[in-house]
Amino acid sequence: MMKERDLIIVGGGPAGMAAALSAYEHGVQDILLLERDQFLGGILNQCVHTGFGLNYFKEVLAGPEYADRFMKRVIAIKEIEVSLKSFVIKLSQKKEITFLKPGKISEVKAKAVILATGCRERTREMAHIAGTRPAGIFPAGLAQKLINIEGLIPGNEAVIVGSGDIGLIMARRLTLEGSKVKAVIEIQKKSKGLQRNIVQCLEDFGIPLYLSHKIARIHGADRVSKVDVVQVDDNFKEVPNTSFSIGCDTVLISAGLIPENELAEMAGVDMDRKTNTPLSKEQNKTSVDGIFVCGNACQIYDLVDWVTKDSLLAGKQAAEYIKRIK
Amino acid sequence: MSKQFICIECPNSCLLVVETKDGKVTGVSGNKCKRGETYAVSEVENPVRNFTSLVKAEGLEIKMVPVKTSAPIQKGLIFFAAQEVKKIRIVKPVKVGEVIAENFVNSKADLIATRDVSLA
Repeated sequence: MMKERDLIIVGGGPAGMAAALSAYEHGVQDILLLERDQFLGGILNQCVHTGFGLNYFKEVLAGPEYADRFMKRVIAIKEIEVSLKSFVIKLSQKKEITFLKPGKISEVKAKAVILATGCRERTREMAHIAGTRPAGIFPAGLAQKLINIEGLIPGNEAVIVGSGDIGLIMARRLTLEGSKVKAVIEIQKKSKGLQRNIVQCLEDFGIPLYLSHKIARIHGADRVSKVDVVQVDDNFKEVPNTSFSIGCDTVLISAGLIPENELAEMAGVDMDRKTNTPLSKEQNKTSVDGIFVCGNACQIYDLVDWVTKDSLLAGKQAAEYIKRIK
Repeated sequence: MSKQFICIECPNSCLLVVETKDGKVTGVSGNKCKRGETYAVSEVENPVRNFTSLVKAEGLEIKMVPVKTSAPIQKGLIFFAAQEVKKIRIVKPVKVGEVIAENFVNSKADLIATRDVSLA
């Protein structure tokens, strides 16, 4: 017989941790939290800049500090079993979960499941940037991981595509690490990033932001050598005779995030194809009873504080569901 | 004289209108909270920024230890701080909030760890 747990949460980032704490506070006594990395904390561990927690904790924290506060609370509760290096490969409609741990495959059934699987970055391919396929093109968050987790510098001279917050934060990080950030290119008329990040990540360092511009082409054989930039009109059509080139060896793509919901899909949850999020009338619920989705997997949030708030609700909903079916 | 700039204290990003005379702030408007006023005065009279970075770890469970200054430091010190931080090595386990370097780059702020790090 497959072992049955009351609640299984997939993902040990800010969403999964908040969901676990909330479920416990609302009476769930048996929680299994599965995290694929060797640490809890998720993406916060690589977000070493400050600006987190102003809403939830009423103070300004670095990403790892925000994670640390939740981690310590989670670890202190014996009813929450944390399983690290645990990668979920299968979820069925009956809430049977298959997960891998180094050297081991496990199957476990749950009364309720919360998917707190976060999101992925949109890639160069999704942003439709023409040109060659040399080395030196990174999603901005991957570059962040290389620098902040691995201690590696992705390149010497960079152009950043997209002015979302991750792109802006990386413009500053690269500059402080000694790389030259030559420009940030934004196809929209306005940046999606927070104004404060435009000020403290670009203006502080004199990094130009080109609004209503796009990268027309990436050049380079083995390594990026330059990019062609062109102005676009209100319909994103190229404006003739506005093209110019910027020499660089690195291009960072900061073109938005997509919720990661393969497991929900596998379990037969109805999905919105456009946003890759579960279709549902109610926040955090899905078309499959007892499967919940929270945090960035549910919708992309610009602040972790909102991820926490959303996930606390999901934990409560799962607790209520478990009580109801008992 | 009147200046306009954006408050960077929180995600609200208020547009501050700041009246100055002889390099001193005489009035602030446009701010939704008190932090905006404090920021305006500091930005005009002595601009400061939060500094965050990484310090190389040796023999620990992670390669890079995230750090920050215990208080914002002078904007003019940021690049020097980014260079100096590369000279430091952490070889012993640290706790979140632990001081890595006192009075870092003579900023009066300490450099502190923002994460617990154990031995490998």
